Amino acid sequence: MRYAMAVDTKKCVGCNDCVVACQTENDVPIGHCRDWIVEVTTGTYPDLQLEIRSERCNHCANAPCVRTCPTEASHYAAGGIVLVEESECIGCKACITSCPYDARFVHPEGYIDKCTFCAHRVEKGQNPACVSVCPTHAMIFGDLDDPNSDISKAMATRKWKSLIPEAGTDPKVFYLL
Amino acid sequence: MIEEIITSGRMNPEIDPVLHVWGWEIPLYLFLGGLSAGILIFSAYFTLRDRQDELPIAVKWMPLAVPFLIGIGLISLLLDLSHVLYAWQLFTNIRWESPMSWGAWTLMIITPLSIAWVAIWMEDIFPEWDWKFDAVKTVIKWLQEQRRILAQILILLSIILGMYTGILLSAFNARPFWNTSILGPLFLTSGLSASAALIAYFSKTEIEKRLFTRIDVMLISIELFMIVHLFMGHLAGTQVHIQAAQMFLGGAYTVPFWTFVVGLGLVLPVSLELLELKHKFIPAIVPVVLIIAGNLALRFIVVSAGQASRWLY
Repeated sequence: MRYAMAVDTKKCVGCNDCVVACQTENDVPIGHCRDWIVEVTTGTYPDLQLEIRSERCNHCANAPCVRTCPTEASHYAAGGIVLVEESECIGCKACITSCPYDARFVHPEGYIDKCTFCAHRVEKGQNPACVSVCPTHAMIFGDLDDPNSDISKAMATRKWKSLIPEAGTDPKVFYLL
Repeated sequence: MIEEIITSGRMNPEIDPVLHVWGWEIPLYLFLGGLSAGILIFSAYFTLRDRQDELPIAVKWMPLAVPFLIGIGLISLLLDLSHVLYAWQLFTNIRWESPMSWGAWTLMIITPLSIAWVAIWMEDIFPEWDWKFDAVKTVIKWLQEQRRILAQILILLSIILGMYTGILLSAFNARPFWNTSILGPLFLTSGLSASAALIAYFSKTEIEKRLFTRIDVMLISIELFMIVHLFMGHLAGTQVHIQAAQMFLGGAYTVPFWTFVVGLGLVLPVSLELLELKHKFIPAIVPVVLIIAGNLALRFIVVSAGQASRWLY
């Protein structure tokens, strides 16, 4: 089982609903975010292209945060989801500096926090909160090892990319083009 | 020209707009770790060469500072931890892939050994010294007999400690400026140079002073060579590595780095030391202060610049 997420850049309108849903579901402290919206404009006027992306921890299969963590607080959970065990985290911030996506932050209580793919919902068979609320159905979550999952089908039929693949982290968040 | 404008809604403190999770605590800790490693390497090495009576400052006196330097370094490290009450977790885990884990375990072993090393020389440097308890005297006597084995272990552990201060950073490939294997040897050499300069400053004999001034000249030359290679490596690398190097070759870090680290911290003191070796009068305090300040500046600038460098994103 390899959990992954795909965000359809042709459907994402950057409404921030995923961001608000995450903050509500996971009680994310005010002033911090586990997911966020990025707008990328490329080209030269008037020939411009806009891509809107909902971004978060990439739950890398070769996660540098897990490698550099001195206490095993950052670890791979079921399905390859990368999690931080609060009671093992010493707040050394090695994982923050090792993440090329800058997806982590220091929780006001001291431990390091980030997107969990809503592991507490996934284990009940539900989608992550951001995926559930997306009004344009731009987000797909599922198991890459299951050829019949929505995400496997989307990845098989659409062009896609991941962010900074050259960093060698084998990310598990994909953007459908 | 195709332009790209990225607007991000992310605003996490210490992450955006520029990563700044490590402030003064980590560079200070790296400096003190490197300095301690340098002092122990010289002391242990010249003990193995049986030169303890000829070089008393290097072998017997300087190690006195090491437990204090390591202690201040560890306090500084603890101040950096944001979840400090869980710090004990460092010692219930061994993670081969994590340089920080290596560092924690190396320090845990080297700290008591450095105290034992100091204890070996106490009677030599303070003739009136009395350990008071017979049991302690027996242990110290045994340690003195094991001096050579202890020196060998200390050299090995100190090299790991000195290298680790750089490898800690170079293991983070998310920060292109740090992602070069030369940081380990560079920081080890720099720590050795700072300790050689201190030994030369405190030395009472001409032999010891000149020996350590010569050693320091050699170490600083190696450091300058490594700094050139650091940039050669980056400039021959990928786009992100080239951009990281450009921060020092025209970018924001150019003036502080080339002025305080290379100019005032390496070139000027090595020139003064060369004049000293030619028997010109140079106030001894000048090169040592410049070298220590340059050493600190190197670590502060490297820690800061690494966090400012990132992948094209």
